[in-house]
Amino acid sequence: MTSDHGVAAPPPIGVGAATVSRPKGRSRVSRRDKWILALLLGIPAFVHIFLVWVPTLASVVLSFTSWNGIGGLDRIRFVGIDNYQVLATVYPPFWPAIAHNLIWLGVFLFIATPLGIFFAVLLDKELRGTRFYQGALYLPVVLSLAIIGFIAQLFLSTDEGLVNGVLGGFGVKPVDWFGDSSLNLWAVLIFASWRQVGHVMILYLAGLKGVDPTLREAAKVDGATAIQTFFRVIFPVMRPINIVVLVITVIESLRAFDLAFIINRGTNGLELLSTLVTNNIIGEASRIGFGSAIAVILLVVAVGPIIFYLTRTLREEAR
Amino acid sequence: MMKSRTIRMLTATMTIAVLVAACSGGTASTAPSGPVVLGDTTIRSNEHEPVPASSVKAMVDYCETQTGVGAPVEISNHNDFQDQFNAYMQATPEDIVKWFTGERLRFPARNSLLTPIDDVWQTIAANYTEGLAKASQGDDGKKYAVPIVSYPWVILYRKSFFEEKGYTVPKTWEEFVALAEKVQADGLIPLAFADKDGWPAMGTFDVLNMRLNGYQFHAVLLAGKEKWTDPKVQAVFQKWAELLPYTQPDPLGRTWQEGAQTWANNEAAMYFLGTFASQQVAPENLDDVDFFPFPTLGTEFDSELGIDAPVDAWILSKAPKNLPAAKAMLTCFATPEAQLAFLGEDHSQIPAANVTDTSSFTPQQTKMAEIIGASGGVAQFLDRDTRSDFAGAQGMQGLLQDFIKNPSQDLAAYTAKIQGVYDSLPPQ
Repeated sequence: MTSDHGVAAPPPIGVGAATVSRPKGRSRVSRRDKWILALLLGIPAFVHIFLVWVPTLASVVLSFTSWNGIGGLDRIRFVGIDNYQVLATVYPPFWPAIAHNLIWLGVFLFIATPLGIFFAVLLDKELRGTRFYQGALYLPVVLSLAIIGFIAQLFLSTDEGLVNGVLGGFGVKPVDWFGDSSLNLWAVLIFASWRQVGHVMILYLAGLKGVDPTLREAAKVDGATAIQTFFRVIFPVMRPINIVVLVITVIESLRAFDLAFIINRGTNGLELLSTLVTNNIIGEASRIGFGSAIAVILLVVAVGPIIFYLTRTLREEAR
Repeated sequence: MMKSRTIRMLTATMTIAVLVAACSGGTASTAPSGPVVLGDTTIRSNEHEPVPASSVKAMVDYCETQTGVGAPVEISNHNDFQDQFNAYMQATPEDIVKWFTGERLRFPARNSLLTPIDDVWQTIAANYTEGLAKASQGDDGKKYAVPIVSYPWVILYRKSFFEEKGYTVPKTWEEFVALAEKVQADGLIPLAFADKDGWPAMGTFDVLNMRLNGYQFHAVLLAGKEKWTDPKVQAVFQKWAELLPYTQPDPLGRTWQEGAQTWANNEAAMYFLGTFASQQVAPENLDDVDFFPFPTLGTEFDSELGIDAPVDAWILSKAPKNLPAAKAMLTCFATPEAQLAFLGEDHSQIPAANVTDTSSFTPQQTKMAEIIGASGGVAQFLDRDTRSDFAGAQGMQGLLQDFIKNPSQDLAAYTAKIQGVYDSLPPQ
């Protein structure tokens, strides 16, 4: 309504009336409320279903077909599980891609994320210049991965990169950081971790700020060391944040894409499920069905941790 | 959607018809024998970099004055356009589109994304060799493209550097190996090599296959009618393994531009690439660039001198808005004059049409024409000659990188892997 009616003004008919006066014998929710509710729930639900679930299901259906993206839907041929069979048995980059995604996950889970948590704990101690450190560590998260890819090239280019320049000063033979398929994944992971550390750090730091300080004091009074306090008191209290960080770590490793794609379109040692999807679906040689099959595998792998997360939180709320 | 597009097209056609009628009506009264006014067509170019973009503009400008057809040019980023080509051609493309020949032409033709231009070819056939006429055909034998420029894949070197070091141009494999060893003894790289982009290594496969097994086998293999498991293909990789010790190490982390730089800076004596590699040479050194065909390997196909000489071409989209104007434009594009206008100051390619007056050619262009002319088997390039889902990053690009990484691997198993990938592709 208009903004000029004061606090004491009678509640307007509609929303106010239903919640404030509660006339007996009638429904507590008027017809207009139902409409508004239906609209407010319906629009997001509609958008969600059409932008998320319909394409997802379409991908699943397409993964059982063969289609080059040309012509109408009548050109789509159903091929059963052929695409999955070819993926597992013939398609050379598939298993390397799975391995690389797992390595990525392992590095994030066991190195980058713990490091981010460690930094968050340190910064929580109100060191001098803590704002500066926070900013410095968070910087790579603000940078887009495209820019990080560019920075990575500046550092690691074989002939013109900084690292080989410095190493060359010590007489080391130039290292082919991006071309050597036994090295390039690790080179990329250094830059990806640089970003992941900042991301986890800021999330965890926010969580730490919310921990009741009396807990720490109590632990101190009981004579716990700093390490004991963190692992026995703070870490368990932070459980909701821990789960968020875990889920983010898993999802970030599965959707890893940009860096590998910028460096060499995700080939020669940098194969990832996401780059395989892109290389198959986008591009002159569209294999929509085949790319969809890879996407479905990625979906199944990604949905696992999400379901785990949802069941955990929902069960907690129910308690 | 469909309906609105039809209506839009109808309106457009009607507008053009009215305009054409109005214009021709106007001219008809004054000059009955004057040229028919055809109206405007539209052009999409995939050349966004300054030099080739100005080439396209020069060609279109020339033909606008020749034909009286107006043709605004829309420009796309080269690689992005390649990725979006199929979707673009199905949506509302411009009338005339810059593209390639070979399988890359036959694929959209097969999928009815192009308009055949056999009537244009009746006029322009005399401008082209038989080979280029064939390269402009679809599977159905109809013509779909107007070739404009071409360039050969050769071994490039710098004359002054060869003179200074006392190197001589090798003709045979033995001479090449002797030279390569001499270059290595001088502490230099004989042959620059880069394959981060995935495609440059295809050139080496092509030329070795054509020299060892002949153009015919190469063409049939890429068309999928011979097997990659054929021992002849293994022989190609064996020969390549002999060549690798003389090529620049760590090629997979280097782009072709970086490879060209090592050659241009005299750190490598030679570079096997398309003549466009000379774009990386400082302008004052361009006259110093020379090249020769890949050495012969002592087989029955030596005299054939098979070569990769990719051709760029114009094609006509499925439903051009102004067919007569577009065809007039294409007819003009097929003339040597238009193609010379296209090349202008760019001397790293030659016109695709037969040029009678070669006075404007640089010595390098004359040599390019000679080398292509002397070849009895002109291929396009692996990723233009075979289906694109096989040639791409998920197919041959990765497979060839795999070989370069590990050239001593079991070649029978390796070629079986290639054939497996080919066989797993859907029927076309």
